[in-house]
Amino acid sequence: MKCHRCEQQAAVEVRHARAAYCPGCFVQRCREQVSRAISEHRMIRPGERVLVAVSGGKDSLAVWDLLLDLGYQADGVYLGLGIGGYSDRSGACARAFAERRGARLLEVDLADEAGFTIPQAAATRRIPCSACGLSKRHLLNEVALEHGFDVLVTGHNLDDEAAVLFGNTVTWNLPYLARQRPALPESPGFARRVKPLIRLTERETAAYCVIRRIDYIVEECPLAAGNRHLVYKELLNSLEERSPGAKAAFLNGFSERLMPLLDDLAAREREAVGTCSRCGSPTTAHVCAFCRLRDQATRPPRRRRTTRRGTRPARTGGGEVDPRVSLRP
Amino acid sequence: MKIQLHNPRREVEIPGPLRASDLCKQLGLNRESVLLIRGDELVTGDALLEEGDTVEARPVISGG
Repeated sequence: MKCHRCEQQAAVEVRHARAAYCPGCFVQRCREQVSRAISEHRMIRPGERVLVAVSGGKDSLAVWDLLLDLGYQADGVYLGLGIGGYSDRSGACARAFAERRGARLLEVDLADEAGFTIPQAAATRRIPCSACGLSKRHLLNEVALEHGFDVLVTGHNLDDEAAVLFGNTVTWNLPYLARQRPALPESPGFARRVKPLIRLTERETAAYCVIRRIDYIVEECPLAAGNRHLVYKELLNSLEERSPGAKAAFLNGFSERLMPLLDDLAAREREAVGTCSRCGSPTTAHVCAFCRLRDQATRPPRRRRTTRRGTRPARTGGGEVDPRVSLRP
Repeated sequence: MKIQLHNPRREVEIPGPLRASDLCKQLGLNRESVLLIRGDELVTGDALLEEGDTVEARPVISGG
């Protein structure tokens, strides 16, 4: 198979583009796709300070590498989640990349900042990935604002966005659909959040890292087992294998045709945002979701009563309510 | 040839020569969900994998 551009031996097939590329032309294509996403969605303006949320995985390291090569002033931020050896290895990948590129990496630790780790949050009723996503959104936004960055970049790629879209469409969750955008503008309490990898699949970001010799964490997070987005991705990839381009058509069709119809709803959602009575972060509730998660994750474990069989006191029918349950959303 | 697989990490022996796309079919791998890496170089679906090759089938799907 020959390279679509230079006729050299190809290394990567991009079936949704009906093309294959040699390593050099593939890297060039990735840069072009990221530049196009940035300019189409006005993600980053010239001279702005950029903060990249870095997990040590392929997507965040690829987007950081691409932005540095495109000439952006981009620092990274790594959030330690306390997931044992997995966090140790992902942090090591982020640090090694920063050192290799001579880039600045800020480090924040969830346990130091909020008093809990993701395994502790997973011990509550919350799904681990949901607690993790919520913690990342809250703390990374806080870091971006505190350090005066203009824009927060995440490594969400075409597959991530297609899977989220699929999930929100299956449940017809209109407020979530209205919020799903490649660039979310800054607003009081929120830094601008952008996704420059929106035009690249995760197969492409992984191939980019292999070609660029970027050492990323290949293993899946041990807490992600059963994650429903993984199931959606597998479903969409089954479709993609039979019909190359299906994922991009699904996502791009939404962006071009449906998203404009949801502008009013998105504006109403933004207007409904107030501030958390505890931490001052933007929220539509009295207490924000992150503060509620912290309450749940840092609450001491309930002591189990040791009642011998047959000696349990009879229920009175009274309305005694466990106060912890009433705090749950 | 030796094929290194992930989740769980393991190694299997497959007789070669074999086209990369046929290897994916034989192992039930969706080509959208993996990269095939021979040594430290990526290979396309039409590449002929030889008996002495070591090939990593690296998953590209990540959750979270």
